[in-house]
Amino acid sequence: MKEPNKNDKKSSPWKSLGTGLAVLAGLIVYAYGFQITKIDLEQLRSERRQESLVRVTRALAQPDIFEYEQVAEAFTAPVHVTCPADGGIVEAPDTSGPYVTVTPSCAEPGEMVTVEGFKFIPNSSGPVRFVPGSDPTNVVELGNDTATTDADGSFSVAIKLPKRPSDEVQFIRVTMRRNVGTPQFTETARETWDKIIETVFLALLATTLGTILAIPLSFIAARNLMKSVRSPLTSIALSLLGWPLGIAVGYLLVSWVGTLSAPFAENIPVNVIFVVLTPILASLGLRWALPEEETSKPNKTTQVARLIVLFITVLVAFYGLFQLAHLAINVGLLGIAGLGSLAFLGNFLFQLGDIIAITTPVLGGLATGSALSSFLGRTGQRASERLAPSAIRLLNILFATLAGATLFGLFGWLVEWLYQIGQSVYVLWGPLIVGGLLGLVIALITKPKDTLSTGMVIYYVTRTILNGLRSVEALVMAIVFVIAVGIGPFAGVMALGLHTIVSLAKLYSEQVESIQPGPLEAIQATGANRLQTIIYAVIPQIVPPYISYTMYRWDINVRMSTIIGFVGGGGIGFLLQQNINLLNYRAASAQMLAIAIVVASMDYISSVLREKYV
Amino acid sequence: MLQVKNLTKVYDRGVKALNNVTFDAPKGQFLAVIGLSGSGKSTLLRCINRLIDPTEGQILWNGEDITAANPEEMRRIRRKIGMVFQHFNLVHRSKVLTNVLAGRLGYVNPAWSLLNRFPKEDMAKALQQLERVGIADKANQRADELSGGQQQRVGIARALMQDPEIILADEPVASLDPVLAHSIMKHLEEINKKDGVTVLCSLHFLDLVHRYADRVIALNEGKLVFEGLPSEIDDKKFKDIYGRDAERVG
Repeated sequence: MKEPNKNDKKSSPWKSLGTGLAVLAGLIVYAYGFQITKIDLEQLRSERRQESLVRVTRALAQPDIFEYEQVAEAFTAPVHVTCPADGGIVEAPDTSGPYVTVTPSCAEPGEMVTVEGFKFIPNSSGPVRFVPGSDPTNVVELGNDTATTDADGSFSVAIKLPKRPSDEVQFIRVTMRRNVGTPQFTETARETWDKIIETVFLALLATTLGTILAIPLSFIAARNLMKSVRSPLTSIALSLLGWPLGIAVGYLLVSWVGTLSAPFAENIPVNVIFVVLTPILASLGLRWALPEEETSKPNKTTQVARLIVLFITVLVAFYGLFQLAHLAINVGLLGIAGLGSLAFLGNFLFQLGDIIAITTPVLGGLATGSALSSFLGRTGQRASERLAPSAIRLLNILFATLAGATLFGLFGWLVEWLYQIGQSVYVLWGPLIVGGLLGLVIALITKPKDTLSTGMVIYYVTRTILNGLRSVEALVMAIVFVIAVGIGPFAGVMALGLHTIVSLAKLYSEQVESIQPGPLEAIQATGANRLQTIIYAVIPQIVPPYISYTMYRWDINVRMSTIIGFVGGGGIGFLLQQNINLLNYRAASAQMLAIAIVVASMDYISSVLREKYV
Repeated sequence: MLQVKNLTKVYDRGVKALNNVTFDAPKGQFLAVIGLSGSGKSTLLRCINRLIDPTEGQILWNGEDITAANPEEMRRIRRKIGMVFQHFNLVHRSKVLTNVLAGRLGYVNPAWSLLNRFPKEDMAKALQQLERVGIADKANQRADELSGGQQQRVGIARALMQDPEIILADEPVASLDPVLAHSIMKHLEEINKKDGVTVLCSLHFLDLVHRYADRVIALNEGKLVFEGLPSEIDDKKFKDIYGRDAERVG
């Protein structure tokens, strides 16, 4: 009992002192914060600011959404300038409807008269004009010449008569505007509607794009899946070499296939025949080359024959893709020309075709790259299992040096492209030598039969890139994309899409990391390979959180797309910013209202869907 | 014939889970593995199909060295080794049928299984296995809608899909009540006796060992402390296996 008491006594003054200092430090931090953020209530009290605040708030409270068609009705009252001999007798006006009186009914030029009106529509206004008797088309403006009716529909304005003496009867004309018919949407409302639709679709496309690409990324950014990926150095070096080589070969090969399809580019029947035929051929080839189940290992001849068939099948499939692109473009063009108000469907097809045509060679390059890299990697794996350590060491030295040099050489090329240094010592020979040496050193310090944890390297590289890109706001990305693809919603889709990819990949990968390990173990134990394990043990477990995060992101994207227009990224933000800059607060208010409605309903819909499906 | 020679596993943190374990499991035997929690039973079973890589030692299966197999060979070896788990390890959100079909993943071509396509024979076989364990009517339910005993039957059906030559059962009945435990053990027994599948089963309760096992090995702190017939476990041996303060309950 005694010891803790002693301790307490000893520590308590220090503890109080520490707390006191912490509070003091906190105070200083906030004091400095006030200074930095220029908090100054004097600004609030200034009359000028208060006035404009009231003006803006009132404008914001009346969003420019509805308007009435207005008719102008003119009411006149006679007036004599100057007073005639008979004193200017004026007939009593017709008081059954709205009427105007002038008192006195005659006066000298420059004298003040009172114009009064009765039985008008309450709270309306209109101009008061002087109409000379000699020339009724001429309208003279007067100072202080707006009539505004009160709650009873009456008004009274004092005006100064113009210096237009005449013997004839002259007139004071009050033109009052009156709303007729049912309220209609204003031009602002229609523009806002167009842009809010654009905004919603911008968010939809960005979310879709982001989700599709984030899913595969999330697997290689998940520690639990990547930790067990280990391979020997020979295999790593060979697969590193395989990537650039495969990408180059694949790109050229598929581009060549593309030129083969060019002669039939404009012939729709030929397109259709190929689009129907190639999938059939491809699936036949695939079925033959990849049997559904195999109990014993096939012999060498069969394996080689299968490889060849697979290769041809893939080329045929790419040919079919090109034909599909042509078909989509051609049909799309027809649609644009002939569908009238549904031309956007044609445009959609056309754009899809264009996307396929552009991405097919890239896809081919990536596919060949990954195939060649995995083939070489497997060869390396087999080699390092079978060969003697000294032979492996030799292979390691050779391939690691080559791979290092290639990797750094490509990096040097990138640097040259970015900074245009133009000195081959820095951008070609330097990187080649450094990379080669680095590979050599790694090969020398690695024991021949050791495996390196490639998975964790990929994991860390992916994570770093994801975190780096994620910290760049979508708004900033939009600025870059506006330069790349021009002002408009496309830039916004790209920017939001990219940001969605990186942030969803991170969120998704955390979900992958928190799945139950049991099923993973069980599926592995059946002899499933890595990809099968992901499909059968990982994906079923992550479907609910993936749906949930995708909706959450779709929510965020709708909100982001409302302001991405500030930097030219399309959507409603463009209008909003424009109207704020033009001090057109009523229009801005309509747009803010639209944003609020869309965001709130998105919020509601996504929560309902989440409850239903998750 | 499974031969385990001088198997040692040291985890990254320096814990020695297995210490120089050597034993044989002849074909068709029902071999029980007993020992306290943490004695290395699970590690031993997982080393056999290399879910855990052993640090030292050899595991020979029909003369082939499992510890030296490359990934491709491992796939071929694993598909002949069924595994049943204490917590069933079913994929909860998948259908029972899909869970059972997953046992075929080592055989089917990876490219096709990515599209969730299995050969017709496999589908028929999966239903047959479900029939065998008595839950054919549950084939289209989600796995997490089943009770514990039913889930373990699905686990057994999944292992059977592999046409296994050996089944590793890691405490298959530890999360089930005694009645269910016997029904699950009877399935394993039937597979062992009828199909001639070797069963390597870690167990908690000695009465289950007496009732089902042909032979017993016991682990204590990673060391093999007993190997013999179930009937040979007397009070002294019992204290060796479970420690001095242990008392027999079953």
